[in-house]
Amino acid sequence: MLDATLTMKLRQIVGEKHFRDDKEARVAHSYDGTPMLQSLPDGVIYPGSTDEVSAIMKALSEYGVPVVSRGSGSNLCGGTVPVEGGVVMVMHRMNRLLEVDLENLTATVQPGMITAAFTAHVEALGLFYPPDPSSMKISTIGGNIAECSGGLRGLKYGTTKDYVIGLEAVLASGEVIRTGGKLMKDVAGYDLTKLLVGSEGTLAVITEATLKLVPPPASKKTMLAMFKDLYGAARTVSRIIEMRIIPATLEFMDNPTIRVVDDFAKLGLPLDMEAILLIEQDGDPETVERDIERIREICEAEKADRIDVAETREQAEKLLTARRSAFTALARLRPTTILEDATVPRSRIADMVLRINDIAQKYGVSIATFGHAGDGNLHPTATTDARDKEEIHRVEQAFEEIFEAAIELGGTITGEHGVGLVKAPFLEWKVGPAGIAVMRGIKQVFDPQNLLNPGKMFAKETRKRVVIDRG
Amino acid sequence: MAETNAHTHIQNKPAIDHANPLARTLHAKLDYDQLTNCMRCGFCLPACPTFRETGVEPESPRGRIALMKAVADGLMDPDQAFQDQMNHCLGCRACEPVCPADVKYGQLIEQARDAIEDHAEHSAPVSGLRKLIFKGVFPHRSRLRLLGKSIAFYQKSGLRSLARGSGVMKLLPKSVREMERILPDASGQGVIERLGTVYPAKGEPIARVALFRGCVMDVLFAETNVNTVKLLSEAGFEVVIPREQACCGALHAHAGEMEQARDLARRNLEAFKDAGISYIVSNAGGCGALLVEYDHLLSEDPAYREPAREFSDRVIDVSRLLVERGRLPSFADEEANAANPVTITYQDSCHLRNVMRSSDAPRQLMKQVANVTFTEMCEADRCCGSAGIYNITQPEMAGQVLEHKMENARDTQARYLLTSNPGCLLQMKLGVEKHGNGSPMEVKHVVDFLYERIAGGGTSGKP
Repeated sequence: MLDATLTMKLRQIVGEKHFRDDKEARVAHSYDGTPMLQSLPDGVIYPGSTDEVSAIMKALSEYGVPVVSRGSGSNLCGGTVPVEGGVVMVMHRMNRLLEVDLENLTATVQPGMITAAFTAHVEALGLFYPPDPSSMKISTIGGNIAECSGGLRGLKYGTTKDYVIGLEAVLASGEVIRTGGKLMKDVAGYDLTKLLVGSEGTLAVITEATLKLVPPPASKKTMLAMFKDLYGAARTVSRIIEMRIIPATLEFMDNPTIRVVDDFAKLGLPLDMEAILLIEQDGDPETVERDIERIREICEAEKADRIDVAETREQAEKLLTARRSAFTALARLRPTTILEDATVPRSRIADMVLRINDIAQKYGVSIATFGHAGDGNLHPTATTDARDKEEIHRVEQAFEEIFEAAIELGGTITGEHGVGLVKAPFLEWKVGPAGIAVMRGIKQVFDPQNLLNPGKMFAKETRKRVVIDRG
Repeated sequence: MAETNAHTHIQNKPAIDHANPLARTLHAKLDYDQLTNCMRCGFCLPACPTFRETGVEPESPRGRIALMKAVADGLMDPDQAFQDQMNHCLGCRACEPVCPADVKYGQLIEQARDAIEDHAEHSAPVSGLRKLIFKGVFPHRSRLRLLGKSIAFYQKSGLRSLARGSGVMKLLPKSVREMERILPDASGQGVIERLGTVYPAKGEPIARVALFRGCVMDVLFAETNVNTVKLLSEAGFEVVIPREQACCGALHAHAGEMEQARDLARRNLEAFKDAGISYIVSNAGGCGALLVEYDHLLSEDPAYREPAREFSDRVIDVSRLLVERGRLPSFADEEANAANPVTITYQDSCHLRNVMRSSDAPRQLMKQVANVTFTEMCEADRCCGSAGIYNITQPEMAGQVLEHKMENARDTQARYLLTSNPGCLLQMKLGVEKHGNGSPMEVKHVVDFLYERIAGGGTSGKP
């Protein structure tokens, strides 16, 4: 329960309609896209401007009430579940595109704008914003920035962090800071822009972003290579990079994924293949042709069973749709779908796929793997049932071991989903005790009262690295 | 998955002894597997008209499912806000085709409304009206006919002018007044009265099919039913119209009157049982969508489970049957429509698109018509706000949705706006009347437009 005076203050700031503490609003903001997590906030607020956000933060810090800022709540790390109650701040009303600067090739946008709407707008102007998380039809720019979302184009074009060049953000105290700007070079002090990207709402509330736009590629070509040998496919990924070709997209789907996607999207994919690589190259037409031809040769050398080059844009789009629906299509197998994003150096993809299969077998759980193979980012996805406690326990054990395997291979526990709640106990495995101490110090400076998204990123205790039966 | 607080782990359907009687009913009626299948990815949000209008989570399918689950889990009481939220859903089911996990949202919302209706304490007039409409009129053929005749009498006898002139209409709610204005001329003569129960195929018959004539369709749109039969005949189908068929029960199901919906379904299974037909043809997306789900509706009824499955398998929309099996060369006749080139556009019937999954067939047919330019309307796949009787029960939201719809309709500059469902048709007429700014746009059923464009067709459809 929030203090009555605080509630009154919040209502005064945003207006009667935009603060709610009824049960309906609280229940509907108690979850995000992560399975098995739910926790009720005490109130929900929908600010309409930076000034309102600032006033809200001043009021909340005065009363010591935590706040979880969020967009559409589609993240997969429990990043926006209000585990310590408090207020959920939904940024949907701040959804305007403020400016597209055609001289500087930048766009300035409010955080609540849906990413796909933003992309459509800049593409209509003949420009290109490459980050394309699979959730882009629903997720917001602000949410993408908070989580540093990736997507299918990360390999060649980078991820959200590579396109955010300026931010306006409100600190826990209510003070407003501006970082970066319409600048391609800026070394004035620490790079707070990059620090806030991926900070998961634990350092500040982002209220405005300046994004870098690039010219769109002149042409594109998409191909599918199908392998009856899983390791051949994985080796192909490493070989393409080794041959110094950087495709725009280099995606991987294993057999269980292929089956489910085909059932969902009815694409006529070959169901007897162990792995499919979806490869897209863009750029000027000559380079695209040459690269696709060289990739075809590599695929043949690695004994691809079938290689299809999409003839039309329509066909290509269909293939991309297949990959985009992989995560959610898997949800049809079993009620609960747990998707992780262990990431390794891309030369170790084959080893990682192997390890995942072994681990799944060891624990007797069903794991389908797909992902952005070109940047080493795999999505081992367990299909299970939250109501089966014993099986869920085995799934948890399997994922712990998968994280451990990723780190052993020089990788990380999360490539693009964020730490949030679910990977907090493993963060120290990746960054070490000194790394955690530095991060905690940063958090302390930004948010001394620990009001911004508490309970995320830093776990009460780190999971022990030796996997033992925890009973 | 990583360590999380024990209290955040979701439990199995808890055997909660709900103190609240409505909560108990909801707990019993909601399909917990479907509630669990929703993985809260949020992909349904951009497809949902009420979420788009309001931007708030409880007004989305994901939000509504979370609320249902919270009630089933004993996390919240089904208070008035909860009940209002369940009724706020348009039931357009646009969330289903985009749901990767294949959650049967339409079934969940009907289960919720069914439970709410079990405990509803309607005011005496509302309760009387519900009883009159759901029990007293729709299930009874003769009474519907009589209603048709009464409306026709009202419209033609001068009573309408009297009512409109006298100011008595001002006593009615605005939404009902608006509806009265756009109501088409009703008829006491349905399709059987005009064409009999069997209508022969032109040329070698491709198949014998049955027309599902509907209840509202056959009173307010009897001519569309007549045109449907004639169009099917032109395309090579012999058409039978079983006399004993009843209302499909869709309005009942959407309003939470599930038992009555099941009764009507059983009556229809009996009516079509011995008709010796390959298809049951619907020309109303809303009816067709329930007919194809009779198998689900009667899945708990051992005596009717199997017949319901067979029935549902044979249900098809008229456009789809014409495209997939019919011979329809005559409206591609250049000469027939040369003098009358027009631009047309189409508003999807949500239930035709999202439940019967037929969105290409009507478009294919329209594009085949000679001298017609088909212009796709922006967001034609979004609900128009009619949604059964939604525009009467939730006039504010329906009005908002309609206003956006009409902006898109105007942008097409079409002369004809075509639809595939009586509710959408009335709603579109209301839209043209309210937001058309004197535009000459006419709203028609696809079937009527097609039949008029057939060489030698047109006025011959008139009784």
